[in-house]
Amino acid sequence: MKVVNKSVRKKDAMSLVTGKPVYTDDITTGSSLIVKLLRSRHAHAIVEEINTERALKLPGIECILTYKDAPQSRFTNAGQSFPEPSPYDRLILDKRLRCVGDPVAIVAGWDEKNIDKALRFIKVKYQVLEPLLDFTKSKDNEVLIHPEEDFKSLVDIGADNNRNLCSSENSEYGDVEEQFKNCTHIIEETYHTQANSQTMMETFRTHTSFDAYGRLNVISSTQVPFHVRRIVSNALEIPKSKIRVIKPRIGGGFGAKQSVVSELYPALVTMKTGKPAKMIYTRKESFTNGSPRHEAQITIRLGSDDDGNIKAIHMYSLWNAGAYGDHGPTTVGLSGHKAMTIYNKVNAFKFDFDVVYSNTMWGGAYRGYGATQGIFALECAVNELATKLNMDPTELRMKNMLTHEQVGNKMPAYYNEVLNSCHLDKCLIKAKEMIDWDNKYPYREVGKDKIRSVGCAVAMQGSGISNVDVGAVEIRLNDDGFYTLMIGATDMGTGCDTILSQMAADILECDLENIVVHGVDTDLSPYDTGSYASSTTYITGMAVVKTCKSMREKILSEGARLLKIPVEKVEFDGKNVFSLEDDKSISLKDIANFSLVGENNYITASESHYSPTSPPPFMAGVVEVEVDKLTGKVDIIDYVAVVDCGTVINPNLSRIQVEGGIMQGIGMALYEDVTHDKKGRLTSSSFLQYKIPSRLDVKDIRVEFESSYEPTGPFGAKSIGEIVINTPSPAIAHAVYNATQVNIRQLPITSEKIVMGMLENKKK
Amino acid sequence: MKIKLWINEKEFTDDVSPDIALLEWLRSKGFYSIKRGCETSNCGLCTVLLDGKPVLSCSTLAIRANGKYVTTLEGVEKDALEIGGFMADEGSEQCGFCSPGFIMNVIAMKNELTNPTEEEIKKYLVGNLCRCTGYVGQLRAIKNYLKSTKEV
Ligand code: FES
Ligand code: FES
Repeated sequence: MKVVNKSVRKKDAMSLVTGKPVYTDDITTGSSLIVKLLRSRHAHAIVEEINTERALKLPGIECILTYKDAPQSRFTNAGQSFPEPSPYDRLILDKRLRCVGDPVAIVAGWDEKNIDKALRFIKVKYQVLEPLLDFTKSKDNEVLIHPEEDFKSLVDIGADNNRNLCSSENSEYGDVEEQFKNCTHIIEETYHTQANSQTMMETFRTHTSFDAYGRLNVISSTQVPFHVRRIVSNALEIPKSKIRVIKPRIGGGFGAKQSVVSELYPALVTMKTGKPAKMIYTRKESFTNGSPRHEAQITIRLGSDDDGNIKAIHMYSLWNAGAYGDHGPTTVGLSGHKAMTIYNKVNAFKFDFDVVYSNTMWGGAYRGYGATQGIFALECAVNELATKLNMDPTELRMKNMLTHEQVGNKMPAYYNEVLNSCHLDKCLIKAKEMIDWDNKYPYREVGKDKIRSVGCAVAMQGSGISNVDVGAVEIRLNDDGFYTLMIGATDMGTGCDTILSQMAADILECDLENIVVHGVDTDLSPYDTGSYASSTTYITGMAVVKTCKSMREKILSEGARLLKIPVEKVEFDGKNVFSLEDDKSISLKDIANFSLVGENNYITASESHYSPTSPPPFMAGVVEVEVDKLTGKVDIIDYVAVVDCGTVINPNLSRIQVEGGIMQGIGMALYEDVTHDKKGRLTSSSFLQYKIPSRLDVKDIRVEFESSYEPTGPFGAKSIGEIVINTPSPAIAHAVYNATQVNIRQLPITSEKIVMGMLENKKK
Repeated sequence: MKIKLWINEKEFTDDVSPDIALLEWLRSKGFYSIKRGCETSNCGLCTVLLDGKPVLSCSTLAIRANGKYVTTLEGVEKDALEIGGFMADEGSEQCGFCSPGFIMNVIAMKNELTNPTEEEIKKYLVGNLCRCTGYVGQLRAIKNYLKSTKEV
């Protein structure tokens, strides 16, 4: 490996740091209609009448579209492979409004001030309905969020719109109740995780226009260009062949851009007017009607014997889909399967869930994709069990969790997949060492009212969705012998264009500069399900490996043909095809140039890859905090993470992903809180109220890798993107407990909750 | 309202509406390095220098720049390449959307503080949010950059 496992700079690094115009709003600077939405002030209402006359008279207003103008086929905004597991439960513009901010009308015009005025001039008569804001009361409530008859789900996911159910399921392995009978210690608790906004720095944005062929071109900041093409086709009722989706540089996604958010409104405007249109979400809109992490309430029963052998786990996840079911049925699955699998030795587990509709904003994909919520709950429960057993929680884990010793074993909670690689034990040992756990656990007093304590958690995720995710890759040998690598995977800043090129360079034995790569264009790029589910390195990476291997074969046979030697007698070293018998050789440059003239073939290769397994990466996270007992303030002193993501393709880029994910996890644990008022209006709709961590909030994050080798992955690699957000919440909750004896089971862990908990303890 | 100002040393005159933000106006003139990340003066993505001092161009009216010198990232490409190089070496320019505003503030900090401590660096740059990197990689880059400028 010459290029793989090296910290090379990202291919686009220098244009990013010099501020080159590469993002959606920079490259679509010609004149286009500005598109804005009139959004519902009510959480639940029906549009009875809508009068746009006065607004339409304002100068520069091109069109105002209402539910009467929008197509009537229901679809889902979730960017998932067809058939999407998310229900088809929405229209671009619906008569029924299901959350505050739901679109009532689309206004397009040339002048922003008049558009804003037009939004005020539109007269709407609403029939205001009783909203259902508390999702714990949603199931079988008489207020129905989706009473429509054309509600449909393509896949059997246990949806029932007449019960407010977006999805539900029960599964059991072994006999859980029987096992609990033999347990001497049982933890039974309910945990609550709040919705979280991804807050990627670039908000949602899309530009649409017709090209010379009369096709709808959609330039969008998205993680899933091919899914966008399908959703636009579904929603606008036009064939896919009429749609082209282009993805430029993206200013972050974290899963938010795995849904269609800003695409359809300008697209409808362009369809109606024939003119280019652009929609840029404000930060506020991104907060109020983006696609945050699903709020969840998870009840756990966890039982062990006296020695701390965990015998049975039962998890019940109640999931708030909000107004629409995007990603609801799929995120919830991870909350059980990815959490419980860590404790693979249990004799029995049970996992039930209900995903319910309510009149709050709809949820979506966010890094960790449901595993984050489940792991918070289960890891907290494991820490509580350790306390009950009076056992060091790291020891309890060592006893029960997946380790290298279980490689080769089946994982019943993980769809019976076989564990091929695992260094979780090494990760935990290393993390303990790094933070000096044995000397610091559980706490030390460090001055009046100040306590320093430590806390831990472990996590797993997957690498792509088994048997679903597909990545295809195409490579071309251009004249003079450089390659164009065509990928459909979406680089959203994480550097996949670069790491996939690194893999290609290694297999083709050339310099990284010899590989040209670019953003996704559905007209040109090979099909890829997109960048999500931690699939890019693993799935598309493997497609790169296969494609480049087949490219080598083709270069060999073309070289052999030109040298007039049988192909078995030649080799390729990246620069020349040469004879193994004498000193005849031909350069790659010559092969490339000859391939473009006369009787020769233009050399290209293309392969695709999917995987029947989704090998889990692993991680141990250990935190040291300082808690002020008077105020309940928590300071993060040190966060240590050790990750097993298999072979690390680019150590620096991986490290940054880990650091960034941990920081987001810390935000989720301590600060980020989605709050509504009584009418269902979001009150945390700006960075003033929704506080993401700043650079003063954490002293240090330290990252190490304990790489196993995943035989099914490219160069032995697994994924890294998502797992990194999963440990901070449970680890910090644990450290707070160790400092204060207060178990915070509802995120975020605020000072107020800590102090109230300590007061409560005093009373006891 | 008529304004005259210098952007990256070049003179510009324009007739601007009195309520247009410097950010919008500069972008309309093609200075696309400047990004907007919020509407509440919280993110720092829109930072430019006004007479050498960092300001949030989203909450500075264009007319306030009248008669002044504006510096955007386009005008300090040499510094951007240098600081950006250290960031790229850490991979700490992930999506890059926050990089222009961040680098502008690093330049301002370099002019204002001599030998800043880690704490001082963090404090100076606290107004620049970044959702991708977790900040510690940016800090490594800045420390390496400052070290390199000392050696020269
Ligand atoms: S755009 Fe966020 S501070 Fe200016
Ligand atoms: S690199 Fe993406 S926001 Fe900073």
